[in-house]
Amino acid sequence: MGHKILLKGNEVMAEAAVQAGCRFFAGYPITPQNEVPEYMSKRLPEVGGVFVQAESELAAINMVFGASASGARCMTSSSSPGISLKQEGISYIAGAELPCVIANMQRGGPGLGNIRASQADYFQAVKGGGHGDYRVIVLGPSTLPELYQLTMNAFDWADFYRNPVMILGDGILGQMAEPVELSPYKPIVNLPEKDFVLDGCKGREPRVVKTLVLKPADGLVAHNEHLQEKYQRIEDELSLCAEYETADADIVVAAYGITARVAKGAVRMAREKGIAAGLIRPITLWPFPKSLFLSIAQTASQVLVVEMSHGQFIEDVKLAMNCALPVEFLGKGGGWYPTEEVILEKIEAMAQAYAVSGKETNKCRH
Amino acid sequence: MIKQGSEVTQMDKQQAKIIMAGFGGQGIVVIGNILARGCVIEDKNVTGMVSYGAEMRGGTANATVVLSDEEIASPYVVHPTHAIILNHPSLDRFEPELVEGGLVLLNTSLMQRDVERKDLEQIKIAATEIAHELGNLKVANIVALGAFIRHTGLLKMKSIEQGIGTLFAAKKPALVGLNLKALAAGAARSVFEPATAKASLG
Repeated sequence: MGHKILLKGNEVMAEAAVQAGCRFFAGYPITPQNEVPEYMSKRLPEVGGVFVQAESELAAINMVFGASASGARCMTSSSSPGISLKQEGISYIAGAELPCVIANMQRGGPGLGNIRASQADYFQAVKGGGHGDYRVIVLGPSTLPELYQLTMNAFDWADFYRNPVMILGDGILGQMAEPVELSPYKPIVNLPEKDFVLDGCKGREPRVVKTLVLKPADGLVAHNEHLQEKYQRIEDELSLCAEYETADADIVVAAYGITARVAKGAVRMAREKGIAAGLIRPITLWPFPKSLFLSIAQTASQVLVVEMSHGQFIEDVKLAMNCALPVEFLGKGGGWYPTEEVILEKIEAMAQAYAVSGKETNKCRH
Repeated sequence: MIKQGSEVTQMDKQQAKIIMAGFGGQGIVVIGNILARGCVIEDKNVTGMVSYGAEMRGGTANATVVLSDEEIASPYVVHPTHAIILNHPSLDRFEPELVEGGLVLLNTSLMQRDVERKDLEQIKIAATEIAHELGNLKVANIVALGAFIRHTGLLKMKSIEQGIGTLFAAKKPALVGLNLKALAAGAARSVFEPATAKASLG
């Protein structure tokens, strides 16, 4: 260990899953995530795991449902249209409170869309996606080393909270190559005993894993209340966010995933030009790191949201800051990628407009 | 950007955004892979992207490698600083995209015209003909890579040799020797031409 190897994002994620003890993967091909099932089909048999190329996305997510109920660390991956197909199963798995990891390497939508990268499934990922009042823990990695780490963490959080965890990547993150150190897996939480597993009830009380609750009449009300308590606990305990140069920043860029790493480059360029810019980057998209956004709202003057969609992430940014600051937007869907230059232009325009409006800006330290 | 005609061993602290383009099957992805491996060997930051889409054999293919001593923001390149152009259609497509004062490597065996822009530095190499002389057309990409490394000095030739070694050793060890020969031939038989008009500063 200690040495870096060059892998594609999809392969990095798949290897991280194997390292974390994932022993069941079911998937159905779709660009731009095909390297995940390809890698798993070769790698899982080497470690005594099971790879299934399912007949459909629906079948794949339900195989994961079954694998989880039988106690395996399990995963499926797809890209936008395929993730839409999996939503029914995700709702069931969340309802049954089973752990699993789902990866969405987002592509352009709506519909079959195209195969370029996109972040237009944000609402679907963080607001539910399937039916019913449920939540999925959503992670937004920005680099391949982070993708490696977060994928391993995803399995821990899934087991710890008995909840699906989604890795919300995109086509670039999946397709790009970057050196990664494949550090060994270490659990980051005390993993609870899996006391729900259906593995034969000889010598113990039978267990039931189900999502249909007809009796007692208010049984589903109670189950929902229990779920909401759990989601509240997750919100209290798990919210991750990264900041860059925010301490004295006038203009804070808010972005996640691949967009955030491009935005960071733009912030560096803005700093070189003497503009006090900074970056806030949620790592957990649900739970949304509200408190950090609230503190940004107290120190910054303006916020710029950049996303590869037409204004989804921006809603959570505004909510988290109670609309305390003016929020500008830069984003498009359908396979549009922001460059550092385009983001910098927007930052410069905001800085200029602010100067013209006569308000005093924080002095840049550089 | 580069020091004329000499082998440069140290690059300035800067970022290089390199695009490699040619026909599908010319080994575009392979040289991107070798470049990126060279970066890992020299502990530089690097990202690689292969164009993906509804590609087919004989269609155009391109890959981008960003290498830097500093953190890399975007793996996606719109305006490359360097272009390795292995066929004519790729010259038409990427010549206008290069940054001002950028560098273009041309596989002269497959070009029907010269570079039009006056601000671009050029490396000229008859990569396909040299590969033919070496007995395997498939190594034209490595010939071009040898020329590119010699004149840009972005990485050490030794790192590229090592990258070739690790890439081919596992699957096709018999090809390591031929590829190293192609790399050396490319370095030896290429011509550097400075820009004919100076790029305007800023």
